[in-house]
Amino acid sequence: MIQLKNIKKVYGKKKNQTTALSGLNLTVEKGEIFGVIGHSGAGKSTLIRCINLLERPTSGEVWVGGVELTRLGKKELQQHRGKIGMIFQHFNLLSSATVYDNIAFPLTIRGAGKAEIKSKVEELLSLVGLEEHRNKYPAQLSGGQKQRVGIARALASDPDVLLCDEATSALDPQTTDSILSLLLDINKKFNLTIMLITHEMHVIQSICDRVAVIHAGGIVEEGPVTEVFLKPKHFITKEFVNRDSFSGEHAVYRTGQKWTRLVQITYLGSKTYESTLSQVVRETGVDFAILQGAISTIKDTPYGKLIVALEGTEDAVQQTIQKLQEHDLDVEVME
Amino acid sequence: MDFSSIDWNEMGGATIDTLQMMGFATLFTFIIGLPLGIILFVFSKSNSIVLQAIYRVLSLVVNIIRSVPFIILILALIPFTRMIMGVSTGVEGTIPPLVIAAAPFFARLVETSLREVDKGVIEASYAMGASTMQVIRKVLLPESLPGLIAGMTITVVTLVSYTAMSGMVGGGGLGDLAIRYGYYRYESEIMLISVVFMIILVQILQMVGDRLVIYFSRK
Repeated sequence: MIQLKNIKKVYGKKKNQTTALSGLNLTVEKGEIFGVIGHSGAGKSTLIRCINLLERPTSGEVWVGGVELTRLGKKELQQHRGKIGMIFQHFNLLSSATVYDNIAFPLTIRGAGKAEIKSKVEELLSLVGLEEHRNKYPAQLSGGQKQRVGIARALASDPDVLLCDEATSALDPQTTDSILSLLLDINKKFNLTIMLITHEMHVIQSICDRVAVIHAGGIVEEGPVTEVFLKPKHFITKEFVNRDSFSGEHAVYRTGQKWTRLVQITYLGSKTYESTLSQVVRETGVDFAILQGAISTIKDTPYGKLIVALEGTEDAVQQTIQKLQEHDLDVEVME
Repeated sequence: MDFSSIDWNEMGGATIDTLQMMGFATLFTFIIGLPLGIILFVFSKSNSIVLQAIYRVLSLVVNIIRSVPFIILILALIPFTRMIMGVSTGVEGTIPPLVIAAAPFFARLVETSLREVDKGVIEASYAMGASTMQVIRKVLLPESLPGLIAGMTITVVTLVSYTAMSGMVGGGGLGDLAIRYGYYRYESEIMLISVVFMIILVQILQMVGDRLVIYFSRK
């Protein structure tokens, strides 16, 4: 659906050049929710603005829905932009227009008729749950309501793609979750491709199918969220993942005569809720202490990540690790 | 002070003259100044070297006109005024210099108001596929409406004081009356009344302007 080929973006003139994007490649499939995570200044904002050419890349090709946008003239580009919805961190609503007129905006610039506008706007008002607020002005709404207007407005022209530029970064955690679940609903209902950028791992974990980690203008890691989240490879990815759940600091200790080994066990899918660990230790006669752990979901997939200290004889501990692996759990010895 | 000798007919006529000058000058100032202000704003933001150059030239012209004292401008424009109006005195003769002085002033106020419009909203409109004309008509102008009205109010009040100045060169209206009778003939009653009329006029204009700004503000 979205394809970026060797995108470079350089700001400034010869002497004072800064490279925002350095030859970046990216593909977003139809119907998926694709997240790009990165620190501020990593280039993620430039990246998402390159997709609808709010920023023109210095070189490279941008393809959306099989059309190369970077080749289009002004008029054609305006038409194609209608097929790309966008929502923003600061909502960017018309302060002088009501909720109704804000949602109608993309239709009026396309020259749609009154009846068409009315039926579309009514439908969207009920989709985002703002029927009672139709005649209010943005200044009278809360942040979450403003973003709902933003979403409705972005959907008004029946886009193929929705771009979300830090759409939840200005919202409190509860509102963030309600906006995220709305995005997920829309994705499922209309099979709408969503590409979002964020600096919050929570957003990626809640709704994204695939994720790319951007650092210094390039993508350093990319893949299904479960994979990237549970097995981060690049140090930036680790930073994002660990900030949310694992600090990685554990005391290595040996108690008495017993032999202790620290292991990290990763569960994925339905195995997360099974009693594998307790079954195995009963067989091998090993004791364990949980030092750190999290059990949660990535989008709809349950996962668990435990750091446990296994205590027993060396043989028994080795056997335990082996048995856990035989049960298809991912076990990593930490020492 | 003796107010009995005042010719109220003449007073009324002068008031109407002032209102006429003000009205027509305001109309043409708006017609010329608004597009000029929009052009200044849009061209200054443009990536095109040509438009940037046009911006610089326009900006320079605007600054030059705004630097010239109005009283000098009236005198300097006499040949031009005569050319287009046939006369250089009276109500008709005063309107062209008024417009030429006020339009660049109003254009700058328009440009400033447009700069105040949230850049994010403009960006969002382009992202939805709006053309530059659509952004001007449907985003910039409605979003900056309170600022534009405030700018227009300032301009109209300035025009009122300019009409008074034009009295120095036979422009007609209340200012003319105040100078001819009040200053040259020491009839301070007429001067006083003329000035009071103008104060009232300015008060009314400012009040209406402020009300409109409040009415159209949504922030």
